[in-house]
Amino acid sequence: MLSINELRASIEGKEILKGINLEVKPGEVHAIMGPNGSGKSTLASVLAGREEYEVTGGSVTFDGKDLLELAAEERAAEGIFLAFQYPVEIPGVTTINFLKTAVNEIRKYKGENPLDAAQFLKMVREKAKLVSMNDSLLKRALNEGFSGGEKKRNEIFQMAVLEPKLAVLDETDSGLDIDALRIVAEGVNSLRSPDRSAIVVTHYQRLLDYIVPDFVHVLYKGRIVKSGPKELALELEEKGYDWIKAEVDALG
Amino acid sequence: MSTETIDLKTKLLTDFHARESLMNGEAASPFHQKKRAAISRFEELGFPTPKNEEWKYSNVKDLISESYHFNAESNLTLADLQELNIPDQNANILYFVNGHYSEELSSIVSSSEQIIIDSLQNAYKKNPELVNRYFDELVKDDSDAFTSLNTAFAFDGVFIHVPDNQTVEHPVIMRFMSDARAENVASQPRNIIAVGRNGHVKIAEAFRTLGEARSLTNAVTEIHLDRDANVEYYKVQNETENAYHIGTTQVRMLDQSHFYAGTVTLNGRFTRNNLNIILDGEHCEAHMYGLYFPDGSQHVDNHTVADHRKPNSNSNELYKGILRDKSKGVFNGKIFVREDAQKTNAFQSCKNIVLSTEATMNTKPQLEIFADDVKCSHGTTTGQIDEEALFYMQSRGISKPEAMSLLMYAFCADVVSQIKIDSVREYLEGVIADKLATK
Repeated sequence: MLSINELRASIEGKEILKGINLEVKPGEVHAIMGPNGSGKSTLASVLAGREEYEVTGGSVTFDGKDLLELAAEERAAEGIFLAFQYPVEIPGVTTINFLKTAVNEIRKYKGENPLDAAQFLKMVREKAKLVSMNDSLLKRALNEGFSGGEKKRNEIFQMAVLEPKLAVLDETDSGLDIDALRIVAEGVNSLRSPDRSAIVVTHYQRLLDYIVPDFVHVLYKGRIVKSGPKELALELEEKGYDWIKAEVDALG
Repeated sequence: MSTETIDLKTKLLTDFHARESLMNGEAASPFHQKKRAAISRFEELGFPTPKNEEWKYSNVKDLISESYHFNAESNLTLADLQELNIPDQNANILYFVNGHYSEELSSIVSSSEQIIIDSLQNAYKKNPELVNRYFDELVKDDSDAFTSLNTAFAFDGVFIHVPDNQTVEHPVIMRFMSDARAENVASQPRNIIAVGRNGHVKIAEAFRTLGEARSLTNAVTEIHLDRDANVEYYKVQNETENAYHIGTTQVRMLDQSHFYAGTVTLNGRFTRNNLNIILDGEHCEAHMYGLYFPDGSQHVDNHTVADHRKPNSNSNELYKGILRDKSKGVFNGKIFVREDAQKTNAFQSCKNIVLSTEATMNTKPQLEIFADDVKCSHGTTTGQIDEEALFYMQSRGISKPEAMSLLMYAFCADVVSQIKIDSVREYLEGVIADKLATK
């Protein structure tokens, strides 16, 4: 589904990703862990098409398409979804209107007719229930004045509505208490299916107690330096990142 | 100063004296005396130049360099006018063609107990004392040449009176049509709105131009709010690329009165709006909202004044603009807090999105505070579209142009939502969405 080869990317002339290789197959959940500043969020941003990052080498294909050739909105229409670490507040645009525009723009991209208001509302209500999203939040301006937990839940709700093939969760656990974390994770899990995949970027292991990954990768200094089964996350929780840093730095 | 400048001024002075010589005993009336004083003021002041601090960024040279037909005839019919405007069955509709109020074309649905609407001339004939009490009272000391000029030629326009304790259920929509299909036209409507104690009314002034020739509008509206009165007043300008508009709205508020103003400039070659509010009572509340969308080489200038003269009153102001191409915007917001006006709250904010490197926005907040126990704040921002918000929307599948228009619309939404006459707000929502979508 997703194939990343020797991906290099920099921002303002500084190289952050220094040759990433990653293969994600349908239905798989991959966790990307690593110390601060290792390039985790950069990888998420580059996959979603954030323009500030310059891709300086390598390739990314998604369902056979050259992802790097596509604009951010085209990637979204192809089925990539980025759950933001810091969801943006947009005063004046209600969540419901925002999503209606998004859904219909994606349908237009696929050559489908737009949903009418009734169809859309019915679908949205079902999805809101799925992630325990309060109806009143939908009518409010997008993320404006939302608590940290509400913002993250809104991300998962949007994901449920847009039904992406590949969800990229960028530190979705940051700033969440344990209850909010559980609700968000339940939302993600309810969307798991044999043809949907996810990349879960996180600094801590605790999210992975709830969203159990198939693979865990450790990103350090712009490269994936270690990959393993879900148990690797527990090992990292116990021993921290220093032993990996030492291993990598010793190799020089 | 070019020779044409002298020409328009000379022509106007000549016109005035010619009209005056045709008057019989009327020339001695207090009404005419006010006009005579005004023409002298105009003669003395002359048209402003950028040396005048109030006109520093708005040069009227281009505006006064051509000749205009004042009070031109027009063959526009009611059907034509209705086609050019959105219908509103629930409103009192007042039509002004080339500045001239047409009772024939207008339709008043409110009862005469609730509201009296008459041409300025008729109102004066019927009740000179009442009209005289209000006419010119708020602007006689104004040092603005255009306002003086309007007073001197005040002839067209309406007198609106809401008696004490009347709540006017149906809004009053004043539609000003400039018919510039055949020639350059100029109009100087003068309106007086006097709202009695505890009177409530919603009023809109909508300006449109038809045709390709130039139109010049020099409009003045005086609004008096007696104690406990509540007035909502909206001004919508959707004119042509050859339309020049100078407008002054002068407001005086007495105790516990509430005034809401919304000024929306959609289109026009050159627009200058003066909105001057005197808070001359305690526990008054004045709100000013503004929106402007200049593109091409359009020029929009908003000058506002909140003059706090008595204690315990609030004023709040929010102006927003989106500027494209080579357009220019000006915002000058003055807040005066006089010595007696303790416990004043006065807030002002002007926010702009500038979408082109060739567009410019000049903002100048001016606070003069002579009382010591007040809360005042002002802020202006000028920036571009928020890139982070744009990316957020794109990452959800919304194309960049669509995301831009959504964000720009959202930027305007808090001003548009303040407009409480449904038909006017709905009209604006439509026009603004189109305007933001096409580019």
